[in-house]
Amino acid sequence: MTYSYFPGCTLKTKGKVLDHWGRLSAQALGFPLEELPEWQCCGGVYPMAKDEIATRLSSVRALSNAKDGKLVTLCSACYHVLKRVNNDIRTDETIRDRVNRYRADEAPYIGDTEVLHYLEVLRDEVSFSELSKKVVKPLTGRKIGAYYGCLLLRPSKELQFDDPENPHILEDFIRAIGAEPVVYGQRNECCGGYVTVENPGYAKSRAELILDNAVSQGAECLITACPLCMYNLNKAGSLPVYYFTELLAEALGLKEGDA
Amino acid sequence: MNDLETIRRISGVNPRRCMKCGKCTASCPAYDQMEYHPHQFVDMVETGHIDELLHSKGIYTCLSCFACVERCPRSVEPAKLIEAVRVVFLRRVGEEHLHPEAVAALADPEIPQQAVTSAFRKYRK
Repeated sequence: MTYSYFPGCTLKTKGKVLDHWGRLSAQALGFPLEELPEWQCCGGVYPMAKDEIATRLSSVRALSNAKDGKLVTLCSACYHVLKRVNNDIRTDETIRDRVNRYRADEAPYIGDTEVLHYLEVLRDEVSFSELSKKVVKPLTGRKIGAYYGCLLLRPSKELQFDDPENPHILEDFIRAIGAEPVVYGQRNECCGGYVTVENPGYAKSRAELILDNAVSQGAECLITACPLCMYNLNKAGSLPVYYFTELLAEALGLKEGDA
Repeated sequence: MNDLETIRRISGVNPRRCMKCGKCTASCPAYDQMEYHPHQFVDMVETGHIDELLHSKGIYTCLSCFACVERCPRSVEPAKLIEAVRVVFLRRVGEEHLHPEAVAALADPEIPQQAVTSAFRKYRK
């Protein structure tokens, strides 16, 4: 099945690697991603104030343009913003009404698109057992720590992605590509996020806490689905960090040499 | 409409639901970067100490990690209050926390667009 795909701003620039290997792997696994013909940046952060309507519009446009009722994302932040805005449209009559007044020349959007993270497609549509059968270069012996961060998991009431306190989707993914997951406590703690723009020292202290914990549990590298987590973790620099799609492509034999 | 009413309306939070358990502050990765910790923040909205909050640095150091929202046993959602206070301040004429011209000096060449976009969304209106 072909899915409508929302890459987001960073996957066209600093996060090209996440996008590139994600698309190639999706093709190889039989679910090609078709980029939305026109999309705008999701804004990076979910607008929590209930009276902010304009900042929800780019998400709504993307959601309403998705084909076959499903929209796939790779970036944790895009997933978070699109899914929560979609939830607003579904559950908050005032927001739904005000958003649709901005869209007077288009059909009203009522929140019926389903937002899927790429990892959810792997888990729920492909299945990790099927994925493991398609692995031609298993990452045997690699000890990999999953870094979830915040945006995929919380608030779980809205995102319904995985257990927010003890997630396992990335560990299941790591097993499916033949490697050994390393579980560590800080894997769902914040990397410092956008605060890195004005306070890099503080963000670095957050990332160091996460990396020290991962190292203490025996991780040799980390994987993430978020370009901002990638940036912050790299600033601390004690372990290599990869996008999960890089290792997926490697396991599927789409990549030459070690990632 | 006064600031307190606006904050309650746009956050959708009822601070009276708080039972002062402190779980939000215990969960908060940025608690040591805030002069008023999340549980105090909720209490100060409830008791109307809005001016102190509007001028506190904690409204810019909240990471929006949603740990407090996830773990609050009373669904008070402190992060939404912090955002509402910041938004009320930044909507005032002439107020901004991050000026576009400052970004070039702050950003290194590797910083992802996502960080800059997010900071602008959080720090100015």
